[in-house]
This record gives sequence, structure tokens and C-alpha cells, in this order.
Amino acid sequence: MTKKQKRELRKIIITGVLFIAAAVCFAVIEVPGNLRFIKLAVWIGIYIYAGGNYIVKAIRNIARGSLLDENFLMTVATVGAFFIGEYTEAVAVMLFYSVGELFQSVAVGKSRKNIASLVDMRSDFARVIRDGVQTEVDPSEVAVGESIIVKPGEKIPLDGVVVEGSANINSSYITGESAPAPVAAGDNVISGTVSLDGLLTVRVEKAFEESTVSKILELVENSSVRKAKTEKFITRFANVYTPAVVIAAVLIAIIPSLITGDWGVWVKKALIFLVVSCPCALVISVPMSFFGGIGGASRKGILIKGADHLEKLSKADKFVFDKTGTITSGNFVVKEIRPAEAFSEGELADIIYTAESFSNHPVSLSLCDYCRENGASALSGDFSAEELPGLGVSVKSHDNEIYVGNKRLAVKFAADSDEIPDADNTAVYAVINGRFAGYAELVDSVKDNVPSAIKYIKEICNGKTFVLSGDKKSAVAFACEKSGIDEYKAELLPADKVAELEKIMNRSDGATVYVGDGINDSPVLARSDVGIAMGGVGQDAAIEAADIVIMDDDIGRIPLAVKVAKKTMGIVWQNIIFALGVKLLVLLLTLFGVSSMWLAVFADVGVSALAIINALRALK
Amino acid sequence: MKKIVKMENLECAHCAAKMEKAINDIDGVVSASVSFMAQKLIIEAEGDIDDILRKAQKIIKKIEPDCELIL
Repeated sequence: MTKKQKRELRKIIITGVLFIAAAVCFAVIEVPGNLRFIKLAVWIGIYIYAGGNYIVKAIRNIARGSLLDENFLMTVATVGAFFIGEYTEAVAVMLFYSVGELFQSVAVGKSRKNIASLVDMRSDFARVIRDGVQTEVDPSEVAVGESIIVKPGEKIPLDGVVVEGSANINSSYITGESAPAPVAAGDNVISGTVSLDGLLTVRVEKAFEESTVSKILELVENSSVRKAKTEKFITRFANVYTPAVVIAAVLIAIIPSLITGDWGVWVKKALIFLVVSCPCALVISVPMSFFGGIGGASRKGILIKGADHLEKLSKADKFVFDKTGTITSGNFVVKEIRPAEAFSEGELADIIYTAESFSNHPVSLSLCDYCRENGASALSGDFSAEELPGLGVSVKSHDNEIYVGNKRLAVKFAADSDEIPDADNTAVYAVINGRFAGYAELVDSVKDNVPSAIKYIKEICNGKTFVLSGDKKSAVAFACEKSGIDEYKAELLPADKVAELEKIMNRSDGATVYVGDGINDSPVLARSDVGIAMGGVGQDAAIEAADIVIMDDDIGRIPLAVKVAKKTMGIVWQNIIFALGVKLLVLLLTLFGVSSMWLAVFADVGVSALAIINALRALK
Repeated sequence: MKKIVKMENLECAHCAAKMEKAINDIDGVVSASVSFMAQKLIIEAEGDIDDILRKAQKIIKKIEPDCELIL
């Protein structure tokens, strides 16, 4: 608690004690009629002690021309209560109002701090080497190019490259990924990650302001600036609600009283209206829930750049994915081996294996693995290999001359080049001794966790999934089938992607989410309702273009983000319905005579408190 | 020109909304947003930003006397 809050608390406790003491005294001791002014004086004394600051604020604000603020409403309601002789109620309302204000201020401060510390994975210091000596300085004082030392268990303060040492790195603060990853000299390391077990010397590549942690922190803090529609609606609603209730209060105080002559009853009803007219519960709990949701998500490696994106994500029912890098890993695996007529599958595998075992290309490695698993062995003979840039590889022995590579290479070296078919996918062709032997078809493999993530997304959103890709149709169809994606469009030019996305967006009212790597699909990211970029760490362009950034490339975080969004919106609407419901109910009860100041105070302060407690759940 | 300014002692959410509305009405302000939770004013304006911030500070003081922009 701050000093101000402690002071407030002390005041509340003293007021509470005085309140009970006075109430008990006046209940036990019958104050004679001619000394009633003593009773009034005591209550006024306690009242001024409890609510003096609100009264001062109210007067000051009126002088500044701002009517209808909550201080003013409370002051009018309680002073009014004095006039109709409800002394105890007047003091009690002020007392509870103070309790509510204090609670609010503590809760807001606490959640601000919580979220700030959740997101703040900056280090307090950097151990920089200057003139051969290690000195601890503030990370912002380290220049690009300087070397820093990171000891085991310490957070890496700045982005850089390891020049010496090796360690396992825990990047869960940044990416949400909890499995440690090894780094050694030459690897990039990111600020905010922790060296678990090794001593590292890191050459700083980015200044503090540009470092990953600073950027993330800035992003999350500024996210509350982009307000959700619900929040804007509540603000507008509050601007109408308060004046409306106040006008109603004035009418209730005057009209029925003139007709019935029963001023006391109707003025009291009007005062109860004033107490209920404050929209605090709504106005505080809505932004607080969003802030909590965004803060909580950032701890899971999901950066949400604005409350409006969170809101839209909760209503998403169409998920569009980019293929390469998002659904597929970029690692090619063999789909099928198709020998030419005069060859068997085994013979073709042996030929490919013989040639590809001389190459280190990722495709070659994956081909070798496949052939070996299927029982292939190298042809006998003493082979020498030669790389043919842009074509493939040639291996020669005394007996055999083999060419393995793309179609151009096969056409060039096969005498029967008319026989060579076109493959649907990426393919590797083989030629032996001037004859075309066949080809192997390769496809980009689907990432391990994609099928389960897609299934999960469909489940929780009851939505459809799509792929838009520039790749060949058969490759896209294969990836979609493997991952369980409903529909796809292949062979799209970048410009077509936007048009196709728009077609998908028009299919239903729910929001459309586009998931890509954020590098070459920024127009689509921007056009979609919610653009999600994967693998955001270190990718400034992706962070810039997207609405939501998944820090690593784990697609499983997308259903997680949807869950956070749905939960947050759930909390927001619970609060709105609960707060408005209680207030309207109390207004109605008051109108029909079954209400009291006490109930009104609950509808104001109690509801605020409950809404705030509920909002804090969004953080989890 | 866009500027992010920290705020101190912003304690009332309804006031933050009022400030935001009033600051948006200042001449030269393209967009302004007051975040109650982050205690920040993010303002995009054309022309003399310092003058606009001075005006914004006046508005803020009027709505919540203890609240200050940290310039």
C-alpha cells in the first residue's frame, strides 16, 4: 500500500470505531429532546472526518465546471440524508464509500504491479567488459559491439551473439517454451532468456531500447491504448447512465412529493438513486479485465497488441493459415518413389542412395534416410562425386555413371529424355548410364503438433480452417490432409491471397484470423480481422505487421490465445451484466419502496469490489 | 508526431475516459488515448506538440487535480 492508502485505511478504521461507538451510545442513552442537537453534532463530526476530502473534491470540481462526478453525487446523497434525518445512514454511506474507494485503489495498483512484473523480464544490470575489467552497469549504458558476461542462472540483459562458452537457455519468459535449448559460440541469444548452467560471453548486437525485452514490454504496456469496442461502449454508456439516473432522482424527489406531499419518503428514494448512479464498477473492471488478459497471455508467449484484437479473437470462427513455415516445417520428406518402366523400386532407391550419400543438402539427407529405411544399399564400385550447381550431383565409377538432380539435369543426360514425366511435387530425378531410372517425389512435412492444434482450434471455436498458399496444389493438398485443415487454395500469387482471404471473410459474420510467418504476407496479415504472426522473436517486421505475435513457432499457442480471449471476454460480460443488473434491480426496488441506503451502498461499492475481484481472474 | 507520456496519480477510470475525450478535442490532435491501467497518454498530433501537451495537462488537472503528465 502507498502512504496515501495507509492514511486512508487509518481513517477508515477510526471512522468505523467512532461510528459503532456513537451508534451504541445513542441506542443506549435516550437523548432528551432539547439536547438532540448534540446527536446531530456528533454525527456531523464523524461524517466530516470520514468524508471531508470527498466533499472538498466535489466542491473543487464544481468550481472547475465538472458536475456529476462521483464525489459530488456522494456528497449530495449523504448531505441529503442528513436533511431527512437519516444520520446513521449518511455516515455509513460515506464510510462504505471510502472503503470501496480504498479497495479499488489498492486492487488497481496491485494488478498494475502484477502485470508489470509479469511482463518485465528485463535485467537490472549488465556485466560489461571494459578495458579487460568486468563492470556492472545499467543495461541501457551498454553500446552495440561491447561484450558482456552472463553467469549461470542469470538473465541475459541484451540481445547478442555468443562469442565464448556454451549453456542451456531457458526462454520461457519470452516464448513460453519451457524446454531449455543449448547455445554455443556463434548462436544468437535474446534478452530476457536465462542461462541455466553455463558462463557466456556475449557480443551485444542491439541497444537496450531496441532489445527484445524492451520491445515486448512496450508492446504490452501500450496494448491497453487500443481499446476494445466493449470498453468504448461502456464509456459511452456511463456518459448517459449517470446523467439519466440523476435526472430520474430529481424527478422522483419533486413530482411525487408535490402530489402526495410526502417529501421525506420520495427524497430518500431520490438519494438512493444518486448513490447507485456511479458507473465505477463498469468503467474500472472492463479495462482491467482486458489488461489482465493481455498480461496473462504475454506470459504464455503470446503478445496481443490491443484489447480490440483480443475481443475479435474471441469471436473468431475462420482460421486461415499460410503453409510453409506455419503448417509445414520446410523439411522435405519423401512421399513416393516412382521408377521408370525398366527399373524396379529397389533399383531406383539404390541408384538415388549411391548418389545422394555424397551430398549434405537437407533434401539429400532426407532422401538417403528414406532409401536406407527401405533397404537400399549403395552400388558397388569406387565412386567419385561432383556437384553440378543448379542441377544436382553426378557420381561416377568404372562401371556406372549416375546423375541425380532436377528435371533439367535428367533431360540433359538421359538419352530417352522424352520418357521423363512431370512430377506433381518437388522431385529428384535419377539417370544411370544415359537411361532415365525414375524419380522420387518429396513433400514438405507437416509440423508435429499441427494436427492436434488444428483439431483443438476447430473444437473451441466451432470454426473452419483454411490454407492459402503459393505452393503447388498437390503439396498443399497433402499438407491439409495431414493436418486436418478443411479447405485450401493453392498456387496463389501474393496479390491473390488478399482476394481469397476476403472471400473467406465474407462467408460468415465471425472474425477471420490469418496466421503466417509475417515476413512475406504482411498484406494478408493486415487485411484479416486478426493477423497472427508466428515466430516473432527477433522478427521486427513480423511484430510490426501483426495484431498478435506468437513468440516461438509453436502453433499450439493459437488455441491457447483463443482460450485467453474467450475467457477475458467472458469475464468482461459477467461484470457488465452483474454490475448493471444489480444497479437496475436496486433502482427498481427503490422505486417500489423496498430498498435502503445500505442496499444502495452495496450496489455501488460492493458491486465494484466484486467486479474488480472477478477482473483479476483474467490474469491467470 | 506520436508521443507516449507517462501519467502519475491517475486514480479514476471514468476520469481517464473523460480526459481522453477532452484531449481528442484539442486543435491539432489526430488521436489521443488515455490508458487507465497503463497510466499512459498516447497522443498523435500535428503542429506544436509541446503546446498541445501543455493544453492536455491543463485538461487533466481540471478533471483529476492530483494527476500529472510526466514530461
